[in-house]
Amino acid sequence: MDIESLTEKVGYDLLRLAVTELPRDVKEALQKAHREETSEAGKTQLKAILENIQLAERTHTPMCQDTGTIIFYIRAGAEVGRLEKVENALIEATRRATVEVPLRPNAVDPFVGKNTGDNTGRNIPFVNWEIVPGNSLEITVLPKGGGSENVCMLGMLVPGEGLQGLKKFVVDAVMKAGAKPCPPNILGVAVGGGADVALKLAKKALLRPIDQHNSDPEISELERELLEAANLTGIGPMGLGGRFTVLGVNVDYAARHPASYPAAVAFNCWAARRATARILENGEVEHITHRNR
Amino acid sequence: MTVYRLTTPISEDETRKLKVNDEIYITGTMVTARDQAHKRALELHAENKKLPLDLEGLAVFHCGPIVKKHGDKWRIVAAGPTTSTRMDIFEGDFIKNFKVRVIIGKGGMGQRTTEAMQRYGAVYGAFTGGAAVLAAKAIDEVRAVEWFDLGMPEALWILGAKEFGPLTVAIDSHGNNLFEDVRDRAEENRKAIYRKLGIR
Repeated sequence: MDIESLTEKVGYDLLRLAVTELPRDVKEALQKAHREETSEAGKTQLKAILENIQLAERTHTPMCQDTGTIIFYIRAGAEVGRLEKVENALIEATRRATVEVPLRPNAVDPFVGKNTGDNTGRNIPFVNWEIVPGNSLEITVLPKGGGSENVCMLGMLVPGEGLQGLKKFVVDAVMKAGAKPCPPNILGVAVGGGADVALKLAKKALLRPIDQHNSDPEISELERELLEAANLTGIGPMGLGGRFTVLGVNVDYAARHPASYPAAVAFNCWAARRATARILENGEVEHITHRNR
Repeated sequence: MTVYRLTTPISEDETRKLKVNDEIYITGTMVTARDQAHKRALELHAENKKLPLDLEGLAVFHCGPIVKKHGDKWRIVAAGPTTSTRMDIFEGDFIKNFKVRVIIGKGGMGQRTTEAMQRYGAVYGAFTGGAAVLAAKAIDEVRAVEWFDLGMPEALWILGAKEFGPLTVAIDSHGNNLFEDVRDRAEENRKAIYRKLGIR
């Protein structure tokens, strides 16, 4: 297969699909929230969100004007050749999507403040690599909005406080974020590893569908407990009050240093966009999160 | 809760009528302004220089839209609100100097802005964050763009709006702030949540 042109095509399709149509699990969670929300202002917000999602899907338009910072997650089969071409192909895909979908140009030089205009810049789009056995190439795009990114938290907690410290940290993060990350949100929570590892795992946890239970029953229970706690705050849809502040909590972890207890919370807005597809050895493309339209 | 349909220029009397929880729809001229545009406008004002247009009675929209050019005409593709708290450091002076009457955004604003709204007669209308396609539907034309050197999201887009809304009045000109009420209630819930989680 011609990995370069295929990756560029798939990268472009994934960007287009991600920004115009939410994955099924997120859509269903928003519909459920709308049915069950008891606050009037909260229900109005959820109704507007559902209308907006439908309109975006029907008109193939980005559902939110902030089409995010473009982040890719690659699971590359160790037998796939010419992997050095993948990053450039994804950069090209991003440039093309910026013009054709279109996406908002969101890559700014941090020192001089100049917008590059095409969503690419030093280290952006950011590409996360994982080498797995086999000969297929799985690509996921996470266009990550700025409002929810701005309230992500890292805490180097006290090991002696253990799990209680982690729970408090998550509740405090939700309270502090308030209306800012466009609730109802999805939370990725990770603990251990080190400062960088915790943040990386927390963000990656946002990729897991929220209707899938964690395979570890104890962590699954922690996720349920954190979800319930976050919703007891009453912050509600768009911070105007209500039962639905968070739609799902996904937890991941790594072993920690005896003296450290790094904890990270990554927020995603209700427009929790992600799209995944797999390029097979024979060049066929399997879409995982979306039907390719 | 009352529903109001307002047309720009909006007078101070009209804004004084509005109370938190009211629903408003705006027709007329709406101008986008984010961090950089607020900053530049206030700098120009400090130098006694004129803005590209008179903002009195208009609605300011915290929004970095996606805009596409068709021939020589711009068309709004997506235009949802951005987080308003970033503009908190500018908004009090902005309201005072330019007499804008409605600030549209998401997430609410703080004490300084609430005070300025009370003193000079302006309200904050909350539009559903991210609902960019709904918003674009109510914007029927791009009249002009100024300060394009700031980049597409930060530029000053002068828009023609038709029944733009629903906006929930979340800060009125009488010192009420709905977002702060929700936050205060959440704060009251904090202890009970800690207890439930076994946090001492």
